[in-house]
Amino acid sequence: MSPFAEKTAPFFSFTILIIAWELAVRLGGLNTNSLPGPSQVFLSMIELIRNGAIFKHTVASLFRVTAGFYLSALLGIPIGIILGRSQTLALFFNPVIHFLRPISPLAWIPLAMLWFGIGDQPAIFLIFLSSFFPIVVSTAVAVQSINPTYFHVAANFDFSRTEVIKKIVIPAIIPDIITALRLTVTISWIVVVAAEMIAVQSGLGYLILDARNGLRMDYVLDGMIVIGLIGILLDAIMRRLGQIDSASWGIRQM
Amino acid sequence: MGQIQITSLNKEFINRRRTKREDDPTPFGQVVPVLEDINIEIEDGEMVCFLGPSGCGKSTLMRIVAGFDRQSSGSVKIDGKEITGPSSDNIFVFQHSGLLPWMTVWQNVELGLRKMADKDEQCEKIQEYIEMVELEGFEDHYPHQLSGGMLRRAELARALVVNPDILIMDEPFSGLDFLTHMKLREEVVNMHQFLGKTILVVTHDIDDALVMGDRIIVFSRRPSQIKMNRKLDFPHPRNFFKKDHELAKLRDELFFMLGVNYAV
Repeated sequence: MSPFAEKTAPFFSFTILIIAWELAVRLGGLNTNSLPGPSQVFLSMIELIRNGAIFKHTVASLFRVTAGFYLSALLGIPIGIILGRSQTLALFFNPVIHFLRPISPLAWIPLAMLWFGIGDQPAIFLIFLSSFFPIVVSTAVAVQSINPTYFHVAANFDFSRTEVIKKIVIPAIIPDIITALRLTVTISWIVVVAAEMIAVQSGLGYLILDARNGLRMDYVLDGMIVIGLIGILLDAIMRRLGQIDSASWGIRQM
Repeated sequence: MGQIQITSLNKEFINRRRTKREDDPTPFGQVVPVLEDINIEIEDGEMVCFLGPSGCGKSTLMRIVAGFDRQSSGSVKIDGKEITGPSSDNIFVFQHSGLLPWMTVWQNVELGLRKMADKDEQCEKIQEYIEMVELEGFEDHYPHQLSGGMLRRAELARALVVNPDILIMDEPFSGLDFLTHMKLREEVVNMHQFLGKTILVVTHDIDDALVMGDRIIVFSRRPSQIKMNRKLDFPHPRNFFKKDHELAKLRDELFFMLGVNYAV
C-alpha cells in the first residue's frame, strides 16, 4: 500500500461508519431516543464542549487513571523484579498472585466503597488493582527470561548487586515493561468508567450514567466517543515510549 | 601473570534427560562423568587451543577455569591460587555475543574501567582499545547495529581493556562468514604476539588450532580425557598449504585481494 493510502485509511473507515450510522437512523426509521444519529450526537458534543462539562469529566477520569496506574507501576515493577530474582519468594507469593489476578476489579467494588467511602479513593484503588497484578506478573516473567549470559558478564566485570539491578535487570526488562504498561493502561481506562458509575459524582463514567438517567442517549454516545479517543491517545503515548533508542533494543533486534 | 595449573580434575553432572537416547547409557538421575582426570599446565603467555568432539566438555572446562562452574574434584590454580569465582582477572569471551544490547559500544567497553577515578585517562584508554579493534566511528552504535565480526571485535576490546591475565574464548569465530573469520583469526594472533596474554581458545576448526596455537590439546569423547597435548613450535605467520606452489601463490593472492594477509 502507498503511504498516502496508509495514512488516509482510518479516515475512510470512520467516514463509512458515520455515513452508515446516519443512514440507518434516518432511513431505517430507528427511534432517535434509542439511537441518535451522528449529527445529533455532534451537536450535543458541541453543547458539552461549550459548557465545559466534557473537559471537567475527562480531567477527573484521567486524574484517577493516572494516580491508580502510577501507583500500580511504582509498586508492581519492584515487586515483580524481586519475585523474578528470588525463586524462594516467587514460590511463596506466586500462588496468591495467581489466585487474586483473575478476580475482576469490579468484584472489589463493595469492599472498596466500604474501606474508602465515596470519592476518588475507591476508584483509584480499583484502577490500581486492575493493573497491579498484570504488571507484577509480566515484570517477573521478563526478569526470569533475561539471557543468563548477561549475568555472567556482570560476574566477570565484578558487578555489585545494585549494579546488576541497574545495569542488567532494568534495561533488559524495559521493552517487556513498556508492552505490559501499554496493555494495562487500556485495562485501567476500561475500569475507570465502571468505577465511576458507582462511587463518584464526576468522570466520564458518571457522565454516561447521569445521561442515561436523564434519557439523553446523545450524551451517552458523546461519553463513549471521548473514551474511545482518549484510549487511542493513551496507547499512542505508550507506543512512543517504546521507540526511545536505548529502550527499544529488544524490539528492533527481532 | 597467567599461569594455569589443572591437576587431576574431574567433573560430573546428574543426567536430567528423561527421554532415553540410544547413545546415552546412563539412566535418568545417575551421575554422568564429563571430564576425567584432567592434568594440564599452561605457561604464562601461552595460546592454547582446545579441540574435541562436541559435548566432550571443553566448554565446561573453560567455565570452570573462568569461575562460572565448580569442578567435582581436583584443583585449578591460577598463579598458584585456587579459583574461587569469576573475576575480571580472567575474562570469558562468550560464544554468543555477550555485549549488553542496551549499551553502546563505548559504554560496553567502559564496563571494565567504570571504577577508574581519572576520567580523562579512562576516555583515552577506551578510545585506544576501540581503535585497536578498528571500531572507531562506531562508538555510539548499539550492538544490533553492528555486523557479526564487529560484535566479536567490540567484545574483544571490552575484554582487553581490563588488561586481564587470561582470556578465554569459546568458539570465538563461530557464526562468522569465511573472510571475517580469517581476518579476525589473524587479528587475534597479532594481538597475542603483541600483548602476550595467556589465551585459551575452544574451537572445532583444526585449521584455527594449527594456525593460532602455541599448543594444541585434544579431548576424547565423553568421559573426556586428554588424547594429545602438543607444543607447536612454528613461527607465525604459519602456512601449511605450500605443496603446489603455483596454486598456493594464487590462493595467497586471492586472500590478499580480499583483505586476509597470511592465508593458509
